[in-house]
Amino acid sequence: MSAEARPGQGVGARVPRKEDARHLHGRGLFVPDMMLPGQREVAFLRSPLAHARIAAVRKPPGSEGRVFVRGDMPEVLPIVAPSTLPTFKLSEQHHLAYGKVRFVGEPIACCVGRTRAEAEDLAEQVEVDFEELPALVDAHQARLDPSIRVHEEWSDNLYLTLQLDNGFDECSKKADVVVKREIELSRQSMNPMEGKGTLAVWDDRANQLVLHSSSQTPHLLRVGVARFLRLNEEQVRVIAPDVGGGFGYKCIVFPEDLCVAWLALKYRKPFRYVEDRREHLVAGANSRQHHYNLTAYASKEGRLLALDAEVTIDGGAYSNWPFTIGLEPGQATGNLPGPYDFRGYRVKTYCVATNKPGFLPYRGVARTGVCFAMELMIDAIARAVNRDPYEVRLQNLVRPEQMPYDNVARKHYDSGDYPRALRMAREKLDVEKWRERQKRGEPDKRIIGIGFASYCEQSAHGTSVFAAWGLPMTPGYDQAAVRLTAGGGLEVRIGVQSHGQGMETTMAQLAHQVLGIDVARVQVVHGDTGTTPFSTGTYASRSMVMSGGAVVNACRELIPRFVRIGAHLLKAPEADCRFENGAVIAPSGSVSLKDIAEAWYMRPERLPENVDRAGLEASVAFKPKRDTGAFSYASHAVAVAVDPETGQVEILDYVVVEDCGTLVNPMVVEGQAIGGIAQGIGTALYEEQQYDANGQPNASTLADYLIPGPTEIPAIRIFHIESPSPYTEFGMKGMGEGGAIAPPAVIFNAVNDALRPLGVEVRDTPLTPEKLLDAIERAKAVPKREAA
Amino acid sequence: MKPAAFDYMRPRDVGEALKALRGANGEAKPIAGGQSLGPMLNLRLARPKLLVDVSRIDSLKEIKDEGDAWRIGACVTHAQLEDKALPGCELLAHVARRVAYRAVRNRGTVGGSLAHADPAADWPLVLAALDAVVRVAGPAGSREVRADAFMTAAFTTVLADDEIVESVRVPKPGAGARWGYYKFCRKTGEFPEAAAALLLDPERRTARLFAGALDRPPQPLDGVARAVAQEGTASADMIAAALARLAPGLGPAARKLRVTAVQRAILQS
Repeated sequence: MSAEARPGQGVGARVPRKEDARHLHGRGLFVPDMMLPGQREVAFLRSPLAHARIAAVRKPPGSEGRVFVRGDMPEVLPIVAPSTLPTFKLSEQHHLAYGKVRFVGEPIACCVGRTRAEAEDLAEQVEVDFEELPALVDAHQARLDPSIRVHEEWSDNLYLTLQLDNGFDECSKKADVVVKREIELSRQSMNPMEGKGTLAVWDDRANQLVLHSSSQTPHLLRVGVARFLRLNEEQVRVIAPDVGGGFGYKCIVFPEDLCVAWLALKYRKPFRYVEDRREHLVAGANSRQHHYNLTAYASKEGRLLALDAEVTIDGGAYSNWPFTIGLEPGQATGNLPGPYDFRGYRVKTYCVATNKPGFLPYRGVARTGVCFAMELMIDAIARAVNRDPYEVRLQNLVRPEQMPYDNVARKHYDSGDYPRALRMAREKLDVEKWRERQKRGEPDKRIIGIGFASYCEQSAHGTSVFAAWGLPMTPGYDQAAVRLTAGGGLEVRIGVQSHGQGMETTMAQLAHQVLGIDVARVQVVHGDTGTTPFSTGTYASRSMVMSGGAVVNACRELIPRFVRIGAHLLKAPEADCRFENGAVIAPSGSVSLKDIAEAWYMRPERLPENVDRAGLEASVAFKPKRDTGAFSYASHAVAVAVDPETGQVEILDYVVVEDCGTLVNPMVVEGQAIGGIAQGIGTALYEEQQYDANGQPNASTLADYLIPGPTEIPAIRIFHIESPSPYTEFGMKGMGEGGAIAPPAVIFNAVNDALRPLGVEVRDTPLTPEKLLDAIERAKAVPKREAA
Repeated sequence: MKPAAFDYMRPRDVGEALKALRGANGEAKPIAGGQSLGPMLNLRLARPKLLVDVSRIDSLKEIKDEGDAWRIGACVTHAQLEDKALPGCELLAHVARRVAYRAVRNRGTVGGSLAHADPAADWPLVLAALDAVVRVAGPAGSREVRADAFMTAAFTTVLADDEIVESVRVPKPGAGARWGYYKFCRKTGEFPEAAAALLLDPERRTARLFAGALDRPPQPLDGVARAVAQEGTASADMIAAALARLAPGLGPAARKLRVTAVQRAILQS
């Protein structure tokens, strides 16, 4: 791809991932691989109904000590995630259903066996008497009719309502054109390759409850488990071993975690729960479902002046700890304006409780939805003023000379050249070639379309941003601890967790950049609360900026200490010595880090009197100069072929021009982008959990819930721009989520471009062949007119 | 999900398999590749007391050229056909190559696909179009059932609890025969949303066209097949009308997709 590799192993080098060898050889260690003496497996009896009162639960005879309901675990507190956002209502989620079940798949009883099959045999035999209640399946209906409530102690079904008005009336009245659209995204599950899983064991020697858990945020899980099990935190250790993808799903405390933890505490044996795909699809369908009523006010040239938005988010049954259900509406409200320069914005966002699994933050958090909505609007405006969507998009983007730019939702865009990314995307796609082919027509009668989508992505946002979202947890400083080993290698300890991001490599590259130590000699330790400094963890595209920044600063902290020892060993004045490429250099000669380490650890007689007694390890906390976020951005461009006879969409070319500031490892950045785009293609074309009127999910296996496979993902061409952030170390910006943001927008815009002559404009995900065929057949039935 | 407990036995020959099935009073299931039954066991949708594993019975794995026909043993895998176990039969290799994914094809069998009787599966449709005959082994010996009559409803066949598929006889198309097979899948390897198979064999004076992936067994579109044989084509309206008769209740998009599948099978031939 296009970024020129910088030589060496430091920032910008295409260093192959250190993680790959174990994963490619099948030698990774995941929770389901683990087997401890006396280990028991746990399965859950889950609710077959979406909304019902539990009248009675009968355990099978002879199942004492093997089947547990909520009342058997009185020590466990319900999961409550408060938020300070105005109007926010609390939900109480018990680790096992209490009084009522609120979604299909909610755990009711926890069953223990020597094998998973045995535990499932037990779960089948538990009998539950339900009094079925009407299920709240449609968020609009649930919002408007409070007679049936998910949480009966509430007055309605609203978790919260957010409102913002900034200059709307003044700007909207200048408009020549008003464009209205209704836009919608389906409900999805996140489908990491490995589902969630936790193996809990009591360690008598350490006097600790140890959770081996597939977690993105081991330190937060520790806080949460201690809190909800009423333990002291020092009694809990969380180890996240290899984790097979997270995407946000593994950032929270799950009821299942609390159950296995309680069992391990009570019986002092290892207990494990591993989620299977069916459980994931049924009980974990919890993201993306947004609905938008948008009205755009624009000039006759298509210059966006104001936007009026009503956003409805189907929040499901429970708010999660610690991110809360408030995160999604908060992000949707604040990020809807996207990379555009306009000054009038009025938004009302409803987050509604329904009888579905609770909404969780999924890669892209709300931004996939807002980008989809905003980018479809930009194209709709272009159609209304009869201009090329590319031109309209270009003229509305924030310009580089406006940076840093405070937008209409008070987001602070730190740096970048948004129009350049779009111009480059157009050039790389070769629009003229596709337009010609579109005009010529395909021999197989398919229809060509091209589309664009632009977004900017708040990454590595810190204290001020999270505090405004009112979560029970606000990230602040991230710490890293580094230690020069006796042999001259380096240990780096970070509190985040790497589960596909390649941080064992990229963090080592940062250390190499500062200290010159060979990447192979830098051991990155992560994912274990027992051995790493506190961090809130890996989410919100924050790890490189935050934890990476801390690694850089911790490494720098050691340099004066090296120089002092080195100068002494070289018998040179400190002032004449400098540190360079892993050695202390004086005019008379140099000593290596190995020599310095040898002196500190093994030959203290060689040390100077005034040696820094902090030694050769340092723990340093870091946050960026400004914590409102380093904004990455990108423009995606695609060419598609639409088969009007089958409704099939094929992506013929997919171009990304992205800017995540200074690239640490272009290969890792590209891998992250490709993975995210694959998920975004899933959102656009395949993924959907549908519910029937009773709240029953229609998909319970991957035969029904389609996710794209290798043959559905085109070759993706990625090009880089590097605009360093003024606020972060080396100018790095987070980019882990961006790939998943733009694909639905860019694919729909391309399909709508293709189908414009037929009068078809599609606006709800996923774009299934059946939906597309229906739209085409419907359009044939009405007289043709230009959609506006 | 893990299966409920079951017993397992691996008979050496067909006789032993039939005896085991008979002895289980309808609570046994034969298993070959397990590519459909396996997931159903895991989901506990199928709960047999006994699994009779027929996959190691040599006589069920034979492929023979019988002159005017091929005989394919029930336990021949899709992958074997994909890899041209039958030289000269491009059609079967073409179909086999498109069954699910290679991992499924490595284990899944032709007989298993027929016996499982998923209306969206490849073999029930293609073998019906090819006028194949299924040989069924049972307590009273073997009987033969035409492939287009083998599936009686979705996931239901003429097989009794104590019978298994033994082999399939596929007549060799004559010189100058043409065929088409089109299926529309949302993604590679998934079951199709619509499918159609066509055989035009002037030498044997046969024109057979079937639509698959319906909520019922593959349906013959005889009138359309005749029109194609005589005029080389058939109108979309004619196909739609035939489908509306054979598979009523399809919505506009679903019908459109199935018409397209039939048209494209015809185009291929």
